[in-house]
Amino acid sequence: MPTIIVCLKQAVDVTELKVDSATQRLMTADAPRKISDFDKNALEEAVKLKEKLGGEVIIVTVGPEDARMVLREALAIGADKAYLLSDPSFEHSDTLAISYILAEGIKKLGNFDLILCGEASIDSYSGQVGPRLAERLDLPQITYVRALSLDEDTVMAERSLEDCHETVKAKTPVLLTVTKEINEPRIPSLMAIMKASKKEITIWNAENLKVAKARVGEVGSAIQILEVLAPKMERKKIVVKAETVGGVAEKLAKALVKEGVVGR
Amino acid sequence: MSEFRGVWIFSENLDLMLELLGKGSELADKLSVELTATLVGHNVKDQASKLIEYGADKIFIVDHPALKNFYVEPYTSALVQLVQQHKPEILLIGSTRRGREVASRLATRLETGCVPDCTELSIDDDGRLIMSRMVYGGNAIATEVCRVKPQIATVPPRVFEKLEFKERKGEVVEADVELEEPRTEVVETREIEAAKVKVEEAKVIVSGGRGVEKKEDFRILEELAEILGGQVGNSRPLAEDRKWFTEWIGLSGHKVRPLLYVACGISGVIQHVAGIRDSQVIVAINKDAEAPIFEVVDYVVVGDLYEVVPALSGALRKLLKGG
Ligand SMILES: Cc1cc2nc3c(=O)[nH]c(=O)nc-3n(C[C@H](O)[C@H](O)[C@H](O)COP(=O)(O)OP(=O)(O)OC[C@H]3O[C@@H](n4cnc5c(N)ncnc54)[C@H](O)[C@@H]3O)c2cc1C
Repeated sequence: MPTIIVCLKQAVDVTELKVDSATQRLMTADAPRKISDFDKNALEEAVKLKEKLGGEVIIVTVGPEDARMVLREALAIGADKAYLLSDPSFEHSDTLAISYILAEGIKKLGNFDLILCGEASIDSYSGQVGPRLAERLDLPQITYVRALSLDEDTVMAERSLEDCHETVKAKTPVLLTVTKEINEPRIPSLMAIMKASKKEITIWNAENLKVAKARVGEVGSAIQILEVLAPKMERKKIVVKAETVGGVAEKLAKALVKEGVVGR
Repeated sequence: MSEFRGVWIFSENLDLMLELLGKGSELADKLSVELTATLVGHNVKDQASKLIEYGADKIFIVDHPALKNFYVEPYTSALVQLVQQHKPEILLIGSTRRGREVASRLATRLETGCVPDCTELSIDDDGRLIMSRMVYGGNAIATEVCRVKPQIATVPPRVFEKLEFKERKGEVVEADVELEEPRTEVVETREIEAAKVKVEEAKVIVSGGRGVEKKEDFRILEELAEILGGQVGNSRPLAEDRKWFTEWIGLSGHKVRPLLYVACGISGVIQHVAGIRDSQVIVAINKDAEAPIFEVVDYVVVGDLYEVVPALSGALRKLLKGG
């Protein structure tokens, strides 16, 4: 029976972001947080495998203390245990540092068969944490997985690339990153939510994990962010109106010809 | 002075490699260093002369039957050894799905950073590589630097232009590296039918979203696209949920920059808008007057696409024929 680890990120809900029009800065501090979309697909896939094969689903996340909220939701969706790797010194870690913290946490957990991650997070969208973690744990990896099956110690995965779909075989343990098309994440029932409130969330800090201070947080990160600004998108917003659809079409057609963007 | 020197590029995709050379030569000139292409694969040797024509001063070739199929382990190991031996200060990697996974593993093995999907790259007065990319689902552009060398950036297709320099000389070196064994096995590959015209190259794009009810209905969009000498495109749900297409436009899909983008039945969620931002003129047709797409377009048409699109085709056909 497989032990499946799901790496999950508490992400900024990017659809709820507001821009401070004076400074063009995003008000990320006020934006709501949620389980990053593709990570939810990873979790759903893990829970489905557990329902079929038995075993255990363990969630691991690096984040602030309040990431407990998303861990509760993940437990309600069907994970058995949750580990929150949290320490003030972890703040502002880039993917180099995050993958190091995750790897140390997962080593401490012991044996496993699969690690599932989302293809990327919805807020920083780097797509690096999965492969970086595979590298740190010296695992084979299969990225952009759209269908998955597990039989004993063999994984069959269909991955989606720009020009083809590949069916890939690997022996466990293996790390996979999944796309949104792999499944439709469930919404937990009230019963499941109540049950999940009894499940345990373990918090490990820097000391528990014995991580090197120089390798985490801002000092342990290779990337430094100089600036984050909302792009200006000034458009004309001309409303094309007329009595009839034909009239609208004619007006629009004329305007486009005048713009010089058609008939070239 | 730092022991790291030179700009390097890598992609498993030749076209993208040429685009990286275009940008790479600009960065290398600014730093007064060599531009090196790493040509890794099977039966790739004969591409070397082309890479030189497009700007490479030097080429490291790793040509081996074990590289016939793309597996992350042998490719990463080849690049890691080359980088460790020669210490480039900048490494640009083509941002395909394969390229990104190699870049991530490589950056980890080298204990350095990697900024993905850069849409702008430049060198500042301190000689640092300044990298910009979209974050927060397209809501913002982040400008980043890498404090460790090599500085690694991945670059999506068709963001930078190829530059042909013609008659140039370059040095070609057959590299001696050990290739790691793959740890996965591809048992089947199914090609995806490639579109005739690449959507990024189309001058006009008529795009459909979830407002298009049936796949057959794309005919009316195709008709409009044809009149305009363009191509059809679509939002992500039509590919992922409805499986009508294999590609889409937006943050996680193609970034386009046509003269004209016509969005039909697309709501204007930020992840879609992120991909069309550089279009010269944007038209949206949506029956919901409150659709967010109307905030980011030049021409707002509140109406049913099933009526407006054919009418627009008719009107344009008349106008363009007459003109
Ligand atoms: C990390 C991440 C990355 C993503 N990347 C992308 C991406 O790259 N590209 C992308 O497109 N999406 C992407 N998405 C998905 C995105 O969030 C939206 O779900 C998607 O863009 C919505 O597509 P839509 O506008 O076609 O559909 P909807 O949002 O459902 O909008 C349909 C619109 O059609 C209108 N409509 C309906 N019928 C008619 C009619 N007869 N005539 C006129 N109008 C009509 C409706 O009023 C509505 O506004 C991403 C999501 C995430 C989380």
